[in-house]
Amino acid sequence: MSMLRTEEMTLNMGPQHPSTHGVLRFVIRTDGEVMREAIPDVGYLHRSIEKIAEKVGYHGFMPYTDRVDYVCAMFTNQAWGMACEKLAGVEVPRRGEYCRVIAAEFNRIASHLLTVGLMGMDIGAMTPFVHALREREMINDLIEELCGARLTFNYMRIGGVAWDLPPGWRDKALAYLDHLEPIVNEFNALFSYNKICIERLAKVAAIGPADAIDYNLVGPNLRAAGVNWDVRRDLPYSVYPEFDFEIPLGSGEWGAIGDAMDRYMMRIRELTQSARILRQALTQIPDGPVLAKVVRNFKPAAGECQVRVESARGDQGWYVVSDGTSYPWRVHVRTGSFAAMGMIQKLSRGLMIADLVVLIASLDVIAPEIDR
Amino acid sequence: MEAAEIYALVRARFPDQVVEIVEKRADPYAVVDPHAIAAICGFLRDDAALAMDCLNNQSGVDYKDRIEVVYHLFSYSHRHGAVIKVRLPRDQPALASVEPVWNSANWMEREIYDLLGVTFHGHSDMRRILMPEDWPGWPLRKDFVEPLEYHGISTVRESPIIRLDEKKK
Amino acid sequence: MEAWLNRLMMRGVFGAHPIPVLVYASGIAIACALVLFAIALPFASIVTWVERRVWARIQSRIGPNRVGPNGFLQWLADGLKHICKEDIIPAEADPRLFKLAPYLVVLAFILPWAVMPFSSSLILADLNVGILYMTAVTALTVVGVLMAGWASNNKWSLIGGVRSAAQVVSYEIPAGLSIFPVVLMTGTLSMQGITRAQGWSPDRWFLFASPFCFAAAIILFVASLAENNRTPFDLPEAESELVAGFATEYSSMRYLFFFMAEWGNMFVSAAIIVTLYLGGWRFPHVSPSPIAMNLLEFATFNIKVLIIVFVSMWIRGTLPRVRIDQMMSLCWKYFVPIAFVNLIGTAVWVAIWPAGNPFAAWSMLAVGVLLAAFFVRRVVHFARRSRMELYFHPTI
Repeated sequence: MSMLRTEEMTLNMGPQHPSTHGVLRFVIRTDGEVMREAIPDVGYLHRSIEKIAEKVGYHGFMPYTDRVDYVCAMFTNQAWGMACEKLAGVEVPRRGEYCRVIAAEFNRIASHLLTVGLMGMDIGAMTPFVHALREREMINDLIEELCGARLTFNYMRIGGVAWDLPPGWRDKALAYLDHLEPIVNEFNALFSYNKICIERLAKVAAIGPADAIDYNLVGPNLRAAGVNWDVRRDLPYSVYPEFDFEIPLGSGEWGAIGDAMDRYMMRIRELTQSARILRQALTQIPDGPVLAKVVRNFKPAAGECQVRVESARGDQGWYVVSDGTSYPWRVHVRTGSFAAMGMIQKLSRGLMIADLVVLIASLDVIAPEIDR
Repeated sequence: MEAAEIYALVRARFPDQVVEIVEKRADPYAVVDPHAIAAICGFLRDDAALAMDCLNNQSGVDYKDRIEVVYHLFSYSHRHGAVIKVRLPRDQPALASVEPVWNSANWMEREIYDLLGVTFHGHSDMRRILMPEDWPGWPLRKDFVEPLEYHGISTVRESPIIRLDEKKK
Repeated sequence: MEAWLNRLMMRGVFGAHPIPVLVYASGIAIACALVLFAIALPFASIVTWVERRVWARIQSRIGPNRVGPNGFLQWLADGLKHICKEDIIPAEADPRLFKLAPYLVVLAFILPWAVMPFSSSLILADLNVGILYMTAVTALTVVGVLMAGWASNNKWSLIGGVRSAAQVVSYEIPAGLSIFPVVLMTGTLSMQGITRAQGWSPDRWFLFASPFCFAAAIILFVASLAENNRTPFDLPEAESELVAGFATEYSSMRYLFFFMAEWGNMFVSAAIIVTLYLGGWRFPHVSPSPIAMNLLEFATFNIKVLIIVFVSMWIRGTLPRVRIDQMMSLCWKYFVPIAFVNLIGTAVWVAIWPAGNPFAAWSMLAVGVLLAAFFVRRVVHFARRSRMELYFHPTI
């Protein structure tokens, strides 16, 4: 084989490419089907949200946080609320916290459903995608009833949530949870345990625990590498300590630990865990107000803080600096997709072009979260 | 380990390089000498009692009289964190990269360079990341003025309200 | 059909004086071409509608249902839309090859219809090398696809074209080797000869003639999926990796040609499988009228073919795509050796039982029925379990 002269080819993948989940761009150096390297080029969705924060004030920034990660906007809402509350020392009413958790966990299910569905589409099976979106649609209906929006929710406020649960919503939500669990099994039978699916995902781009920590991977990607870490349990916030749930870990049962299949299955398993949290939250929810009294001209004391929430794409860190005026001095969001994207160049070496698509889908990178 | 103990350990090891330790804020932090940042970070990662194996967040703040680079460190093995800050002059801020210590610094330092203009020495790939390569200025600086056009593309949108007013006239 | 035209000629339909040979030959050629076009193109187009409806059902959608009853005329609307669209030839493309490629692909899909045995007399030309001719002309597709990939002057298209070449050339081997067992048993290459060697009842189909034939039929089916670039082997046009592969730069009618050929080829390869292994058009002799018999045979053949086509649509709706190295290893490590074993096994089988072994046929039939029953049970089980009972109507 060494007698054959091969030539390296430079390919441009994106920003308009079907499987780049938004607008990502990769410059791929490839030798036939095998990649030498894929160099990510981001910034096509840069809307300077961090700069906008310095101009619109604390309350006014809440709708913009939806756009940081529009696939799971509840978490960015919650993180921004938590950061402001930590700076100003606002106490959120318990029912408000429960509403936050309920909305956020529903959003996590919706986001994971999209991710696993997209994984199906990226490896060429359209049906799992449509089935997953069918389920996600129902969550969107539920959330629409809750806050009037289906994608960019703007549901939470500094000091709680904007609206209480509508009458009869709880029963609908519980009915949905009853419906979801068999559907997850059906989805697994259709797609996850399909021989071709396992062949495609197993042993692709395995990430060990040391690498995952070094590259600052978070959330399901980190847990797939076998690191037992979940912000909801280990740096408890909101009312998560009151719930009983498990944290699934990557086991490498399909090949190497932390491979694409592990990362994919992590999301499938978190679906049921989220449903478990939701069931407890919906039954335990106390009565009371949902929004604390917060002044309109919100001026936290000068200072700074970092809050971390476990979003669907993992530990999201919001670093907020206040100078005592009604506008934040600096806001910085550290997101899971940004870190995961930084790792792709290293992981891509020696993979095939078809594997790059799997890699992007399994790391669950979302363009708005990278560029902000 | 509590943050105060961590900073005490760092001060014991680098007595001259730790400028200030602030403990009264929501998140206590330590300000260190920019020339020693790589050494201090290496110590924080390698010391068995600290073992900060993860650079959780790195960001820059423009304070009009100085630029601060903030490192949020975290240890997955000991489950504790620390905040290290570095103060830099506003004109031509530069300091050593921590990419050799944590690989995750690669992209975060590129982002700080892109948006705040802080140059990191020893970084493997110091390019703009979010903005176009030829973008003028550093957008997250407080005195940044957005250019009116970029390669002939206007960055200002005509206000629809003004247009309506003109129509009425 | 040729015979029928000859008979007309004998009866003097074309006038008392014998017409020149050249005019006669070209007349026959044009007539046959028109008949082919009139059958093959609507068939391929209607299959697109069928596929979209089937696929939609699998994905719990409705699918196209606006044009005509149940959206039946969707294929016509799509064709018209594509004809009306702008035909773009990229500035950097090689225009001559770029224009030629779709015609080659369509040619490769039209030519096999010449030897398609629809019924005992509905066959355009019963060549004595029918099946060989069929495999030879269907392989022309790869030339068109490779040409399209090269002429587009687009790297994604090129990768698609090269993938297609690798794939089709590889899978030709197991497909060809899976045709030979039948040829060994019948001793003929003619499509009608092969069909006549089988009976109307399943125990006399070649599918159940021996275990080797059973395996060969399955290999032939999978290989034909790969040759037609169907899921799970749709790598040349893998939309999530290569945008649209070799067809990326095509638009308008030329794009339509590629996809018509793809769906048409589905029919062609299903017809090969039906003729070789599933008894072709054979139907019990129930009527003395040749017209009625031909119609029944035509219906039998088409129903069998459409069942195979449906299975391939079903597979497309269910399976993900394999990776290129997995596709290659499947072909060279599994299919080619198994196909060789089948061939040798069949040769031995024919040497031992030249007239076939009814006991083996019946037991293979039993195995097949058991497999089918198991499959149907699983499908019904999942279909029942996934019945939707929960609907939310957003209250606004």
